[in-house]
Amino acid sequence: MIKYTIRRLLLIIPVMLGVAFIVFSVIHFTPGDPARTILGETATEAEIIQLREELGLDDPFVVQYFRYVTNALVYQDLGRSYTTNRLVYNEIIARYPNTLKLAALGITVAILVGVPLGVISAVKQYSIIDNVAMFFALIGVSMPLFWQGILLIILFSVVLGWLPSSGFSTWREMILPAFALGTGSAAVIARMTRSSMLEVYRQDYIRTARAKGVREILVINKHALRNALIPIVTVVGLQFGFLLGGAVITETIFSIPGVGRLIVDSIRSRDLMVIQGGVLMIAFTFAVINLFVDLLYGFLDPRIRTQYK
Amino acid sequence: MSQIKKQKTTGPWKEVWFRLKRNRLALVGLFIIIFLILVAIFADQIAPFSFREQNLNNLFATPNNVNYFGTDNFGRDIFSRVVYGSRVSLQVGIISVSIALLIGGTLGAIAGYYGGWFDTILMRFMDILISIPTMLLAIAIVSALGGGIRNVMIAVGIGLIPSYARVVRANVLSIKELQYIEAARAVGTRNSKIIFKHIIPNTMAPIIVQSTLGVAGAILAAAGLGFIGLGAEPPNPEWGAMLNAGRHYIRDYPHMTTFPGLAIMVTILSLNLLGDGLRDALDPKLKD
Repeated sequence: MIKYTIRRLLLIIPVMLGVAFIVFSVIHFTPGDPARTILGETATEAEIIQLREELGLDDPFVVQYFRYVTNALVYQDLGRSYTTNRLVYNEIIARYPNTLKLAALGITVAILVGVPLGVISAVKQYSIIDNVAMFFALIGVSMPLFWQGILLIILFSVVLGWLPSSGFSTWREMILPAFALGTGSAAVIARMTRSSMLEVYRQDYIRTARAKGVREILVINKHALRNALIPIVTVVGLQFGFLLGGAVITETIFSIPGVGRLIVDSIRSRDLMVIQGGVLMIAFTFAVINLFVDLLYGFLDPRIRTQYK
Repeated sequence: MSQIKKQKTTGPWKEVWFRLKRNRLALVGLFIIIFLILVAIFADQIAPFSFREQNLNNLFATPNNVNYFGTDNFGRDIFSRVVYGSRVSLQVGIISVSIALLIGGTLGAIAGYYGGWFDTILMRFMDILISIPTMLLAIAIVSALGGGIRNVMIAVGIGLIPSYARVVRANVLSIKELQYIEAARAVGTRNSKIIFKHIIPNTMAPIIVQSTLGVAGAILAAAGLGFIGLGAEPPNPEWGAMLNAGRHYIRDYPHMTTFPGLAIMVTILSLNLLGDGLRDALDPKLKD
């Protein structure tokens, strides 16, 4: 397991360098001169040339890329905002906990709703519960995240007045965003859990367990679900990435001060440095989550970890 | 001889259609999609008003006999805007998936067929690309290229490339070892001909399924971008942007968000139904 863990840990380095390379390239080859953006329309040619030199904008692309990565890794420096001149890293870190909390709550909702629903649907295949659950799951995967958010606000804050429609500091404020973000993923997880459970449920060892007189609840939890977990964990991991992307929209709807909202605000002011830093930070989080998912595979399936012995 | 000629053979596609026909939900999906395509084509004839025509004397009208879905904050007819919006959404869905399919599919086919260093480098690159959440990659690309529907299609298309590259590569890998490919190679058929004439047609089943579901994903992503202000330039009607505009008035005029929201949901739902149905029809083994 240690060998597997180390191998997987090391793999995150090239992935992150690659992600940084792609995001950096996209922003780097954007038409327009950052120096001109920072200084504004009134700047003289000499001022622009001087700032370009200070920022190292005339250096070759590769040099600029490695400088950016080194600064980010060694000094936690992601550059300065084009519009406010504040350090991008500080701007992001101040909002990062909210985004992480939102995504974590979203995935918790998704797992807590999706997995039991999928298990029940599989155990009671073709029953009314199964049909109703899968109907709602299909609606859930087809419903845009932002519309779901809006509908939740209409129902729970406007009509019923139970929950606040914006903010993110108290638990009451977190409920609606968490559900708005998580229900779509709950639907995806429920569908995957159902099909994965159905596959396992037909195996001979399940019949054997039943024949031994193991109680059905134990057959489901211990024998079936545990062996059906790998595809479920994969989907949960992928959904976490989707939720991190979706946080951009949820934060906008519920006015949550997070990294996603920072990115959206920066799009309006074309503050590419902040967009670059924000996207990288979220991609990095996703990479770490993928790492956990892979380690979890090793934990769940002994065959995977013994490959590295 | 004549007897052999008379014998009817059912081609593989006929069989697929036969299986699909028996899946009622998939058929419902198919019919709604055909309906939506017709709406998009004949938008000029269906929409009673222009999508940009403002009527400042008729702001925020609730649904009525003249404005079936009501009017928005500029007094524009929401029904007409939803009808025209279908053009934008279907266009974005189909073109982004085509971009992804063309680039991702070709790269995946070459990587799978030739293997070696090209395969290794390409697939590692795809792994990296896939580790950036699609929505964020699209945001980065659109903020770099600037808004507008064309750039949204490019951004969403690029985000979808890795999944097509992977699917096509995996299929090519399994097909290229089959005997008929070996036979083609043995008689000296050129590699490009083997790939495009013998291999790719046989990878169509998973590609069709992936594309149907992909169009749904692309429409959702584009609507998401429209919602945060990175989509069609106003006053062009885009469902996501319409939802965003209506969001500020949800307390008093929820109809502004209801109809574009429903339009997106029905479109995605029917594409998902059709995609699921096609998957079962093309590969009956997968069906539970």
